[in-house]
Amino acid sequence: MRTLPGLVLAITLFPLGAAAADKYGGENRGKPLQPAQVSAKWQQECGSCHIAYAPGLLPAESWRKLMSGLDKHFGDDASLTAAEDKEITAFLVANGSNRWSARTAPLRITESAWFKTKHSNKEIPPDTWKRPSVKSPANCQACHIDAAKADFNEHRIKIPK
Amino acid sequence: MNRLLLTVVTLATALPLVAAANPIQDSYRAAAKQENAAFKDFSAARGQAFYSAKTGDMACASCHGDSPKANGKHAKIGKDILPMAPSANAQRFTDAAKVEKWFGRNCKDVLSRACSAQEKGDFIAYMLSVK
Repeated sequence: MRTLPGLVLAITLFPLGAAAADKYGGENRGKPLQPAQVSAKWQQECGSCHIAYAPGLLPAESWRKLMSGLDKHFGDDASLTAAEDKEITAFLVANGSNRWSARTAPLRITESAWFKTKHSNKEIPPDTWKRPSVKSPANCQACHIDAAKADFNEHRIKIPK
Repeated sequence: MNRLLLTVVTLATALPLVAAANPIQDSYRAAAKQENAAFKDFSAARGQAFYSAKTGDMACASCHGDSPKANGKHAKIGKDILPMAPSANAQRFTDAAKVEKWFGRNCKDVLSRACSAQEKGDFIAYMLSVK
């Protein structure tokens, strides 16, 4: 009965795993946020104007939608060649959040339930976003020092004046 | 003998200038001539005016900064953008595909149209002149 300890472990841990997928109404970022080996093309192409947002921050379906409309990328033209688009989409979709159980697929990370909870008005006074040193919720690295490495640990945050 | 000397001196002076020219900028020359038969050469002064000129509320300078030697800052997001001037950032204007890609996107963003070959060449002339 060697499988018994394994079974007990699985039954104990399963609710934890399932709970993580249901947290934030099913809109939870993935763990890990990105694989150890990231796509160089993604880093280069998606990290020019903003940091390359880790694939685990949104579900695969969000990335699919986003990548199919790059010429209208939040008011900018971010188009890629067909080959680049395909390669980057594959990377994002393969590494989208593994803890997102909701059927939703927002285009903005800031619209996800996990983001809104973590950055609620109680946590972050709304006028923080207006500071020139921060400027926008899209500017993760303004406060998350290691955002470029997809490290958003709450112990390594420094909100600038 | 004098003519030989003159030729040698001319070449010695001109060749270094030609060698220092940017191949990507050169590639726009023929197209600029086709666009406008009266085209003579690219101009850093025209490039600077083009760089700072606003269309609506946007100019190249809006994101790339007033000085191409310094970091720019994305107008909407706030992320730092590395300097445009090759004197501050040796990578600039060395990759033809990258240059074309960004002209394609950003001219559309700022001007709502493609940039002409002359505009591109003038822009690069300005960037090359910033020391």
